[in-house]
Amino acid sequence: MTFLYAAYAATWTIHIVYLFTLARRYSRLKKEVDELSKKI
Amino acid sequence: MKRAFPILGLLTAGLLSYALYQALVVAPTEQTMGDVQRIFYYHVPSAWTAFLLFFLNFLASIQYLVRRDPKSDKVANWVVIALGVLTCAAPYVFRGLLPPGVYPSSVVTTGIAFVGLYFLIHKLFSEQQTDMLALTTAEVGVVFCTVVLVTGPLWARPVWGIWWTWDVRLTSTLVLWLIYVSYLVLRRFSSSGQTPVLAAALAVFGALDVPLVYFSIWFFRTQHPQPVIGGGGSIDPRMLRVLLINWLAFLCFAFLVCWSRYRLERTKREVEETQALEALLEPRSAVR
Repeated sequence: MTFLYAAYAATWTIHIVYLFTLARRYSRLKKEVDELSKKI
Repeated sequence: MKRAFPILGLLTAGLLSYALYQALVVAPTEQTMGDVQRIFYYHVPSAWTAFLLFFLNFLASIQYLVRRDPKSDKVANWVVIALGVLTCAAPYVFRGLLPPGVYPSSVVTTGIAFVGLYFLIHKLFSEQQTDMLALTTAEVGVVFCTVVLVTGPLWARPVWGIWWTWDVRLTSTLVLWLIYVSYLVLRRFSSSGQTPVLAAALAVFGALDVPLVYFSIWFFRTQHPQPVIGGGGSIDPRMLRVLLINWLAFLCFAFLVCWSRYRLERTKREVEETQALEALLEPRSAVR
């Protein structure tokens, strides 16, 4: 059972880490958009 | 469209939870391996999703390369149609050459899917958008391939007694992952204007590894088990149902993640274009 739970946990950890990096990139881009709209 | 994303997100979360319940509770326990066999419901759908994403990356990369010239675009369209017709006819003409367990109908379905997806991408995406689609599918594909490479050893250890073996299926999957990681590294760190073209060419060659991974268990003796669907193997119908539910859930999840990543890339390029325009205009405003 340990291996089963480890596999399921690893799967969701990988997906969540990727979603987290996506969210970070989104917030960084949002900052850039805000700065750009201020300039324009 | 803005409303569709959260609604689809909620539906996908519900479907993933249902699929998890099916995999852990409803699916019957396999007699020889026991509960650890339930890794199958995450390992196999992740592999199929990764293959599909790499296949989409392949189609988008080809289109990015050929659509730069209208003549080669037309030629490519006819080549794809011809390949589709050949793929549909070949399994009936050369029936004896098919690997055991592969049905002619599954080859025909693959041919139709190939042509259908090619022209669907052609209709829905412009030349620049195919490049964004290629990048998106490669990135999400690598995430799913990573899941395959992590869950595989976690399943192998209690069943085979080893974490890893250098047999064809496992090694070719690792090579596939490395090819697409190098594709992403190239996209990330190269600032040349030719990067999308080089990356598309790399993706086309990288995609050649997908059929090798898929068919390796037919053509070589490997430690990896034979396919349970379309490969002469058999599977309990209740297990097959749970497997397909999990695949559907992962497909929906992959679609949403791709959608999100694609929007990010599109906005990023728009910002870069605006920044470049602004930089061009800045000296003039300074003179004024």
